[in-house]
Amino acid sequence: MTDIVGFSEHLLRELAPQVLGAVVRKQGDFAAAEDAVQEALIVAASKWPHEGVPDNPRAWLIQVAHRRLLDNVRAEAARRRRETDLLAEEQDAHLPAPDSDHEPEREDTLLLLFMCCHPALTRSSAVALTLRAVGGLTTAEIARAFLVPEATMAQRISRAKQLIKKSGESFRMPSALERDERLEAVLHVLYLIFNEGYTSSGSSLARVDLSSEAIRLTRAVQQLLPEDAEVAGLLALMLLTDARRAARSDAEGELIPLDRQDRSLWDQQAIQFGVELISRTLSRGEIGSYQLQAAIAALHDEAARAEDTDWPQILGLYGLLLRITENNPMVRLNHAVAAAMVQGPNAGLALLAPLAEDPRTANHHRLFAVRAHLLERAGDLAAAVRDYHAAAERTTSTPERNYLLLSAKRCRH
Amino acid sequence: MKFMLMMNAPRGDGDYGVKDWSEQDFKAHIGFMKTLNQDLKAEGVFVGGEGLAPPGQARLVRAGKGGAPEVTDGPFAEAKEFLAGYWILDVDSPEQAYAIAARISAAPGPGGRPMNMAVEVRQVMSAPSV
Repeated sequence: MTDIVGFSEHLLRELAPQVLGAVVRKQGDFAAAEDAVQEALIVAASKWPHEGVPDNPRAWLIQVAHRRLLDNVRAEAARRRRETDLLAEEQDAHLPAPDSDHEPEREDTLLLLFMCCHPALTRSSAVALTLRAVGGLTTAEIARAFLVPEATMAQRISRAKQLIKKSGESFRMPSALERDERLEAVLHVLYLIFNEGYTSSGSSLARVDLSSEAIRLTRAVQQLLPEDAEVAGLLALMLLTDARRAARSDAEGELIPLDRQDRSLWDQQAIQFGVELISRTLSRGEIGSYQLQAAIAALHDEAARAEDTDWPQILGLYGLLLRITENNPMVRLNHAVAAAMVQGPNAGLALLAPLAEDPRTANHHRLFAVRAHLLERAGDLAAAVRDYHAAAERTTSTPERNYLLLSAKRCRH
Repeated sequence: MKFMLMMNAPRGDGDYGVKDWSEQDFKAHIGFMKTLNQDLKAEGVFVGGEGLAPPGQARLVRAGKGGAPEVTDGPFAEAKEFLAGYWILDVDSPEQAYAIAARISAAPGPGGRPMNMAVEVRQVMSAPSV
């Protein structure tokens, strides 16, 4: 029984963008089509586990979604008829009959992602809409995943759709230039979904696993755009990071830093896949920031023990990443850590000095945390304690705060 | 009936009094809070609750000219205690809320001794009873 539930849930999420793509293509109105598809998915989720999955689940969903859309249009028309005497039948004529089944349009998923990551939307709206329209998650599931009330999430999604409608966006491939910008936004949204899943501790069984959802969606994009090096880089980065998940926190949910993790808990299959993907991609020569981050993650994952880590190569990769990101301050922090591993803590501390003057990082908890760590390694324990405390007073993550406070206590022993 | 329980923690000489605790005491305190939250859920009274970011990050905001936010640092610089977190609980009586507040207040501090933190208990307004 749970197998059937799991199977149809998985199938529904896979089919969601195909069904939505087909309905939008015929009907044109993204917002209305998205509502109808969501209703069809909910009907299927309650019916299929008991009545079995239909022979052609995709056609079934398209048909149910069309019927819902028709009902919604009729209800809307009836409302308007009272004022304008408009005939509902006239509306029906515009709705094509659901076709039997044709090859899903390959680019539908991509078009839907571009739509959901529209520049008019805030990031949190784009994340929610992407999970619903492309991920096939219900509003309730998304709300639970982000720990907000369902009504709030429903409103966020509906506002996002109104904004897209207002922008007059049409369901077709944007120009080449705009397409690149949109793809960048899509990758960022997928990255945010992954991060939300990865950094939220206290995983509860009732919550959808956002990291796995992000990996699934990124894999789908990678299959659509196998030539795109940054898409492959992002997928590799997610796999190589997620591979360490089981080792990342202890039974009480406290964080375990990379160098103290039990590496036998790492997912070797995911590591192998990620390493192969990033090696293949880098050899093609168009370097981007996701690829470099994936390459760095791969070097960490390939080290059997923390002391086997190839820090010189990691330092070189951070150097490249600095150039690509035009000295992004967060990259500079990681660069300083790598430099400390290769050239000693004082080299790292020297690289941190200018970041204490940069208003973007001067008061950031990460600067204090990294400096505390390097000061501890350099043997200046009193200064390390001060910086661990300063970092703890600035972070907004409870496990991180606890980790920093405990590190300070260790320095005092 | 619903109650909001607001836990006020001693501030110490920085943002956190816990800075001066031993590692063992701090871990015991974290473990206590985790178990308490699990218990409140298991008892069917937990509605919501969060820990709050350090008071040094608190800001006071008032509408300035034209409704633009006028932001100043929080009022906590001189305070001896700060609001560390809150719970919203659905219980049958004020006494039940007080009993839970006492459990929170007795969270272990240095040397495992109860901290006796001040927990402010406020009933949440509701619709009139029929």
